[in-house]
Amino acid sequence: MQGLIAVFRKELQDQLSSYRFVILFALIAMVSFITSYMAAVHMRENLEALASTRFPFLMLFSTPGVMFSMVQFVAFFGPLIGLVSGFDAINRERAQGTLIKVISQPVYRDAVINGKFLAGVTTISIMFTAILLVISGFGLALVGVVPGVEEIWRLFIYLLISIFYIAFWLGLSILFSILFKSIATSALASVALWIFLSFFVSLGAEVAANTVAPIDRQNETSPEAVLQHARIQEGVSLCSPMILYSNATATIIDPMRKTTRSIILMGPMEELLSARFQNPLGLGQSLLVVFPHIIALIAITVVCFAISYAIFMLQEVRT
Amino acid sequence: MIIETTDLTKRYGHQTAVNHLSLKVEEGEIFGFLGPNGAGKTTTLLMLLGLTQPSDGSAMVCGLNPLRMAREVKRHVGYLPENVGFYGDMDANQSLEYVAALNGIGRKDAREKITDLLELVGLSKDARKKTAAFSRGMKQRLGIAEVLMKNPKVLFLDEPTLGLDPEGAIQIVGLIQSLNQNRNMTVLLSSHNLSQVQRISHRVGIMIAGSLIAEGSIDALAKESFGLGEREYSLEEVYMKYFQEV
Repeated sequence: MQGLIAVFRKELQDQLSSYRFVILFALIAMVSFITSYMAAVHMRENLEALASTRFPFLMLFSTPGVMFSMVQFVAFFGPLIGLVSGFDAINRERAQGTLIKVISQPVYRDAVINGKFLAGVTTISIMFTAILLVISGFGLALVGVVPGVEEIWRLFIYLLISIFYIAFWLGLSILFSILFKSIATSALASVALWIFLSFFVSLGAEVAANTVAPIDRQNETSPEAVLQHARIQEGVSLCSPMILYSNATATIIDPMRKTTRSIILMGPMEELLSARFQNPLGLGQSLLVVFPHIIALIAITVVCFAISYAIFMLQEVRT
Repeated sequence: MIIETTDLTKRYGHQTAVNHLSLKVEEGEIFGFLGPNGAGKTTTLLMLLGLTQPSDGSAMVCGLNPLRMAREVKRHVGYLPENVGFYGDMDANQSLEYVAALNGIGRKDAREKITDLLELVGLSKDARKKTAAFSRGMKQRLGIAEVLMKNPKVLFLDEPTLGLDPEGAIQIVGLIQSLNQNRNMTVLLSSHNLSQVQRISHRVGIMIAGSLIAEGSIDALAKESFGLGEREYSLEEVYMKYFQEV
C-alpha cells in the first residue's frame, strides 16, 4: 500500500503540474464552452417553439449547436485526453533510468503501474467533472432552467461512463508505453489505433456489410438480405469504443431516445411504439437500453489494463 | 553469510548469462565483483534483489529468499544501478522525499534523514537544485544518498565510479569505505577500476562469461595464480592473468 500511495501522489502531482495537462484542459474547456454556448443560444431561440420540452437542461449537452454537441465532442476527442496522459507512462521512466530505482525500493512492482493508472484516472475525473460543472453553471445562467433530480442523475451517469471511456484509452496508451521502448513509437501507435477505432471502423462496417450481404439497388433485394446487411453493419461498428460510447451516452443524455438500433432492425411492435408514444423513458429504462454498452465499455477498460498489468509484471527491468 | 548463492543460473533463450554461480559474501565485508562487460554481474545483482527470476539454483540474502520475499529483501538491500536516473524536474530534496515515501518513512522522519544524508554525501548546498542540472559526480552521490535512505544492511553498487573524474571517484570510494567501517554495511561492489577495488575490498570475485572463475582475497588469488612470488602483485596483474587463462 505504501508504495502505491507514494507513486500515486507523485504521479498526480506530475500530471496536474505538467504543461500537457494545462494545454489539454484549456483546449477541452474552450471547445466545451463554445459547444454549450452554441447549444444554449440555439435553445433560447427555439425553446418557446418546442411544444413541451421535458428535459431542457440535458439539451445543453445533446443539442448540436453549429457543428457538434458536447456529447459528440467528448466521443471524438475524449480519447485524446487518455492517450496524452499515458503514452509515456512506463517507457519514459525506463529511458531516464528511474524505473529500476523505484522497483528496487521495498514496494511491490504493481504499485508502479497501479499508481500511474489511478493517478491518470483521477486527473481525468477532475478534469471532466470540472468541465461538466462549469458548463452546467454556464447553462443555468444562459438558459435559465434548473435541472431536476433525474437530470442530475443522468448527468452523473454520463460522467461515469465518460470516465470509463477515457480510462480505456489511458489503459491502452499505458499498454503501448510498456510494449514499445521508444516514446515516439508508443505515441504514434496510440494515435494510430485511436484514429482506426474511431473513424475507420464505421467505414469498415459498411464495407463488411456490403461484401457479406450486398444490397442491389437496381433489382429487388430480399428483406432478409437488407436485414442482414444492417445487422452486420451494426455488429462491426460496435467494435469501435467510440460507437459504444456514443450510443450509450446519447441514450442516457436524451430520454426521448428509446433504442440504439436503427429503424430497420426494429420489430414491428417496437416500431409502432416508438412512433406512437412520445413520452420520455424513465432513467431505469434508459439504463436498461444501453446496459450492454456500458458493461462492454467497462469490460474493455478492465481487460486493457489487465493485459498491461500482466505484461509489466513479467517484463524484465534493467534500467 | 549474508549473501549465499548455490548454482544460481540465468538463461536467456540459448544464452547463459549466469552459469551455476556459487557466491558467498560475509557480513561486514566489501566484496569486489569484477569482470568484463556482459559477464553477468548486473544480472546476478538483479537476481539477488528478486527483480529477475533465476532459471535455476537459489540465493539467500540476509537469510531471505529473494524469489519469494523480494519485498523483504529490498528492505535490507540498497541497490545503486549503473547509470542511476533521476526525475529531472525534481530537486535533490524532492527526489529523496520520493524515495523516503516509497520506503514508507513518515514525512517528519524523512526530513531529518534527508538533511543528514545530504550532509553525508556533501550535497547540502545543492538540496534545492534540480537534478537535471547535476553533474555526473553529484548524481552518483545523490544516488548513494537515496540508497542509504532505507538504512540498508547490504549495498549493491554497480559501477559507482564509472565516468567520474578522479576527485569524484576518490570521494565515492572514501564514502563507501566509511559506510563499511562506521555503519558495518556489507558492500557488493562491481567495478572496472581495479586499483580502487584493490584499495578498499576485503575479497574479490572474478566473473567471466557467466562463471565465477576466482574468489578470495587479493593475496590469496595472487598466490594461486603466480605462485609464491618475491613481490606483491597488484589486482590488475592478477585479473589479467585469470583473464588470459580463460
